[in-house]
Amino acid sequence: MADCGEPDGPGNKDDITRSKNEGKELSKEEKQRLRKQKKQQKKQKERKNEKSETEKEKTPVSLLPPPRPVATQKAPSALPAPASAPIPVPASAPFHSSPAPSPADKPAKSKAELKAERRARQETDRAAKQPGSSSSGIKTKVPLSELNPVVKRLPEHVQVDDPAVVKRLAKKLERQQIPLRSDYGYKVSLFSHLHQYSRKAPLTQQLSIPSTVIHPSIVRLGLQYSQGIVAGSNARSVALLHAFKQVIRDYTTPPNEELSRDLVNKLKPYISFLNQCRPLSASMGNAIKYIKKEISNIPSQCKEEEAKTKLLTCIDRYIEEKIVLAAKAISKYAIEKISDGDVILVYGCSSLVNNILCEAFEKSRKFRVIVVDSRPRLEGREALRRLVQRGISCTYVLISALSYILPEVSKVFLGAHALLANGYVMSRVGTSQIALVARTFNVPVLVCCETYKFCEKVQTDSFVSNELDDPDDLMVTRKGKTQLENWQDVSSLGLLNLVYDVTPPDFVDLVITDLGMIPCTSVPVVLRVKNLDQ
Amino acid sequence: MPGADKEADLTERIEAFLADLKRGGCGTGPIRGSGETARETTALLRKVTAQARWSSAGDLMEIIRKEGRRMTAAQPSETTVGNMVLRVLKIIREEYARSRGSSEETDQQESLHKLQHFVHLKANVIEAINELLTELDGTTDNIAMQALEHIHSNEVIMTVGRSRTVEAFLKDAARKRKFHVIVAECAPFCQGHEMATNLSKASIETTVIADAAIFAVMSRVNKVIIGTQTVLANGGLRAVNGTHTVALAARHHSTPLIVCAPMFKLSPQFPNEEDTFHKFVSPHEVLPFTEGEILSKVNVHCPVFDYVPPELITLFISNIGGNAPSYIYRLMSELYHPEDHDL
Repeated sequence: MADCGEPDGPGNKDDITRSKNEGKELSKEEKQRLRKQKKQQKKQKERKNEKSETEKEKTPVSLLPPPRPVATQKAPSALPAPASAPIPVPASAPFHSSPAPSPADKPAKSKAELKAERRARQETDRAAKQPGSSSSGIKTKVPLSELNPVVKRLPEHVQVDDPAVVKRLAKKLERQQIPLRSDYGYKVSLFSHLHQYSRKAPLTQQLSIPSTVIHPSIVRLGLQYSQGIVAGSNARSVALLHAFKQVIRDYTTPPNEELSRDLVNKLKPYISFLNQCRPLSASMGNAIKYIKKEISNIPSQCKEEEAKTKLLTCIDRYIEEKIVLAAKAISKYAIEKISDGDVILVYGCSSLVNNILCEAFEKSRKFRVIVVDSRPRLEGREALRRLVQRGISCTYVLISALSYILPEVSKVFLGAHALLANGYVMSRVGTSQIALVARTFNVPVLVCCETYKFCEKVQTDSFVSNELDDPDDLMVTRKGKTQLENWQDVSSLGLLNLVYDVTPPDFVDLVITDLGMIPCTSVPVVLRVKNLDQ
Repeated sequence: MPGADKEADLTERIEAFLADLKRGGCGTGPIRGSGETARETTALLRKVTAQARWSSAGDLMEIIRKEGRRMTAAQPSETTVGNMVLRVLKIIREEYARSRGSSEETDQQESLHKLQHFVHLKANVIEAINELLTELDGTTDNIAMQALEHIHSNEVIMTVGRSRTVEAFLKDAARKRKFHVIVAECAPFCQGHEMATNLSKASIETTVIADAAIFAVMSRVNKVIIGTQTVLANGGLRAVNGTHTVALAARHHSTPLIVCAPMFKLSPQFPNEEDTFHKFVSPHEVLPFTEGEILSKVNVHCPVFDYVPPELITLFISNIGGNAPSYIYRLMSELYHPEDHDL
């Protein structure tokens, strides 16, 4: 009998039950009353559902703090996009109502609003039944702690084809009073998202002398980078750190400013300038992160002189630990791998590999070296000079003669520019080729890399993030004739001068770091351990 | 005497040809293409057949063999010379067999030295050599005609160095289709630059890359089309240095490797001779004399050729059509007689 649920006006109930018992047909009024009661019960049930649902909806709003105002409307991913598109207004209605404080306001809502809410909920239920969105709906209701969503900003130098990004960069540089370097020459369509600069137009030509904004040692460093005078991952990082030391020495805190904050702001335009001269390498990026952290950790009570000496010793210690001592440790491990009678193949000029070979030679290991070189940089000649000076017997070939010379080789030692988090080795262009051919001839490939060059990036091919060098370098004059002299005039001809490439981890047999000898795939482990240390 | 004059003329021409061979193949890139070498060799052999004194097929073959040995000794790496000599020898055997009306091998060996059907033999041989010459003239066009069967639109094609055959092949396809070509420059001779300028003049989108970037860009390449200096008897190649790297990179990315080689480049040699396979040129190309002191303390190598094993090759396109590398031995038995393989 008590099927009417909530206790309503007892008189009505009695009437109805009486009429039911009497078997008479319910009168019109009684039917209307029944209908009203049912509606009210439904409303109360809805109120209960709404309360629980809006409470649930409230939590995701607070957990995903939207950086942009656009995000608030999209934040509850419980309402997936296809549902919200046809009903934009009502979708925001439960949203606007959820911050409303008391549920007592709810009955004051109009019928239309209630209908709209019901429709919205139906949409969400329908969409939640679809396979893709259900998991995301569930996820956002659980507070995210372990797997922090990585909201990364793409660096500007791989978004050259996006005019909005270019405009933003131009504005930023204008603010910092740094000239913008313009691209040069026809870019191959596969690489239209990267910059391509000419060496004949260095950025420093557009600066006024004396430059008030940029410290002179930074200007000199930028010029050295863009002209290729300072090249090589370690050399660039060390030069950068020395230049920063000079900057810190000449720095004075302006009044009403704190050293820890102001110095970091002073460094920002320098870094933009250096980035314009030549894109920063992974090792430089890590060094800059370290310096910024050290600067911001300076306590505010610290006096200026004390803070400056502290920073200078920090930088010296970084260079000593991460570069010099790391090289010693790597040499120690690598020398175990060099036996008498070895024929070792090296590519280009890696300061670390040269160091290892010289140390091994001093420890009286008998081996000979084959130096492989490639156009247009021809860095191998520098390595050849250094090794020959020490008295190591060397052979010199170009990379096209690799298949000829490889049957003689017993080991390949390669240097790296950076080691990526998915195990790929980013190094000078041509390294992947050497690793490939060495693997075909079953020659072991050993990569030597300090841990400060490990970086969080992941990359699978050499296109998405690379550096394009001056295309004019590819021109060559043979017998008085330069074939590609007027390549700019020919519209369908392009020159491509890549600087880096990535080697897949299955080509590399061993990575020798200052932490020991690890396989290529253990790089993310090392990164994680380092992050926990810091 | 007119006969003596003719003979003197002939020897003079042969000497001039030998001198040219010795100079022409000095490694700074063929001054003459191998097609021209083949044609000149065949023309010379026709002259020898016409003017030299011989009385039987065996005699003729001895004379041709002698001249052939001299020519191959002048430039051993130029295998087209030897190949043409072998073709002419095979022509002589065929014509002899035809004129005799018998096709038995053993019979031939003995009767070659007999004086039979002399006059007809000479005319037939010269006619067959003329046919060979017309075939040689049309090889590049024959190969280029097949281009549209192998290149579709919007492809990215990679090639190495400079090959006249591949240039004609790509230009023919470019008349009807639009595609991109990536040319590896092939240091130290950098022949790729000339190839790229020629291709871009035919309005083909061309990009020049350094040798070191071959593996880096290979992932975006749809086909690799190369030329070669010689096709060896096992189906392998003797090609310009750097080709083996291209072949390995293509296999890693499962990209088909197509070799455009006319039939006169097919040689009965095998690649197992380490000393005779490679040819070296002056290391000045690699490390110039301007480097100074260290030159006396280092070894510098500048090999010209590379060996590419037949497993890395997908297809041979020649003037008689497309073939797999495993079929090369059959083609060889049709072109050359096994007795002649060692001149």
